[in-house]
Amino acid sequence: MPQPVIDPAAFAQLQETAGAEFVVELVDTFLVEAPLMLADLESALAVGDTDRFRRAAHSLKSNGNTFGALTLGALARELELTGLEPARRAGGATLAALALEYARVAAALTELRHA
Amino acid sequence: MRDVRHRAARLLVVDDNKVNRLLLARNLELQGHSVALAENGRVALEMLRRERFDLLLLDMEMPEMDGFQVLEQLVGDLQLRDLPVIVTSSLEGIHNVVRCIELGAEDYLTKPVNPVLLKARIGASLEKKWLRDQQKDLVRRFATPEVAQHLQESGFALGGTRVRASVLFSDIRDFTPLAESQPPEETIELLNTYYTLMFDAISDHGGIVSMMMGDGLMAIFGAPVPLPDHCASAARAALEMVQLVELFNVERAAAAKPQIRIGIGIASGEMVAGYTGTNDRATYTCIGNTVNRAARLEAHTKIALRTILIDDDTRAGLSADIRSEALGSLALKGMVAPVDVFAVAGG
Repeated sequence: MPQPVIDPAAFAQLQETAGAEFVVELVDTFLVEAPLMLADLESALAVGDTDRFRRAAHSLKSNGNTFGALTLGALARELELTGLEPARRAGGATLAALALEYARVAAALTELRHA
Repeated sequence: MRDVRHRAARLLVVDDNKVNRLLLARNLELQGHSVALAENGRVALEMLRRERFDLLLLDMEMPEMDGFQVLEQLVGDLQLRDLPVIVTSSLEGIHNVVRCIELGAEDYLTKPVNPVLLKARIGASLEKKWLRDQQKDLVRRFATPEVAQHLQESGFALGGTRVRASVLFSDIRDFTPLAESQPPEETIELLNTYYTLMFDAISDHGGIVSMMMGDGLMAIFGAPVPLPDHCASAARAALEMVQLVELFNVERAAAAKPQIRIGIGIASGEMVAGYTGTNDRATYTCIGNTVNRAARLEAHTKIALRTILIDDDTRAGLSADIRSEALGSLALKGMVAPVDVFAVAGG
């Protein structure tokens, strides 16, 4: 069975400790911030800015894990650890895969947000 | 002690990531704390230098100034070095954790931070901070900030060292009949005002008050922190004490209250200085012949009818602007050999 886009246990725990209403706000913030991080990764890759690349990947990893977006977290972690070079060699594929996973996460979070 | 863990504190959360910042702030607010936010290390340091915080929650990976740089700055800052820092990070690698702890971080929590663990760690850090603050507060009551800092660093170890310093004794002339002639609360108020004035004069010149007994006090200049001109500093403090008492007397005269007069004795030389007492209750003090001589000189002010008396070693260390008058070699009560006594002019 494939890993769920959002781990339900992690998300439920977040709602329980921070409050469901607050988590709605937090999701909204993430949905604004995450596309900026993806854009940051793209532009850092384009200009070869390793620090900015690592920081953006690090942020995305951290937020992914917060919401229980485990696959997104793992993909971002990979980028944080391996750095800019492998992503550059892979052409656009690595970041495209990340963007695709983010699209799934965004859809799932939007649904959970309305639940 | 249990109450301390639940007391509300003012915390600063530093994280460049907005989701992390908001979530951490939310968890802390749910625990009853008030929270301020900063988006990078540079902004955080500005806020820390401007406002008072009880604890810092610090992310590591940040643009402009990262967490390591913040920790380095805090260690080198006298005002901020005692601020407890809990690192909240998702940085990989044990070496990063080790580096944070070595740079003085109190604790390291991995993000996403578990709120229960967060609460326990913050409680423990705040408790330690409040104990340290209390200790500092106590020290400040009898020492200057520089001396307090030194005591903090030397760790209040019981044990003595031999130092060269000046000792000052002072008391209020004929205080007992005055105390008995007025209501008790007035006596306490008088003593409190008097002590406030005397502490100010002593601190202004780098001395520490080592003991208070009734209307008398003992102050040390040159220990625990060496003071190159301890003789002149003690004499200047004495002159300021006399001046402040004169000003205080103007106020008392206006309120139709009796005047007070003080007597001061100063002696300088070698003495043994250190904490004496038990591990539970100790005071910083000096002992030796020099100390006895200062006490005897103070007592002798009543007989000599002078306000400030000093010994030859103190006189030899005075600067040209402080004049003194030789009163000759006197046999002081309790001293085996006669003492060359000088009266400080203007005192």
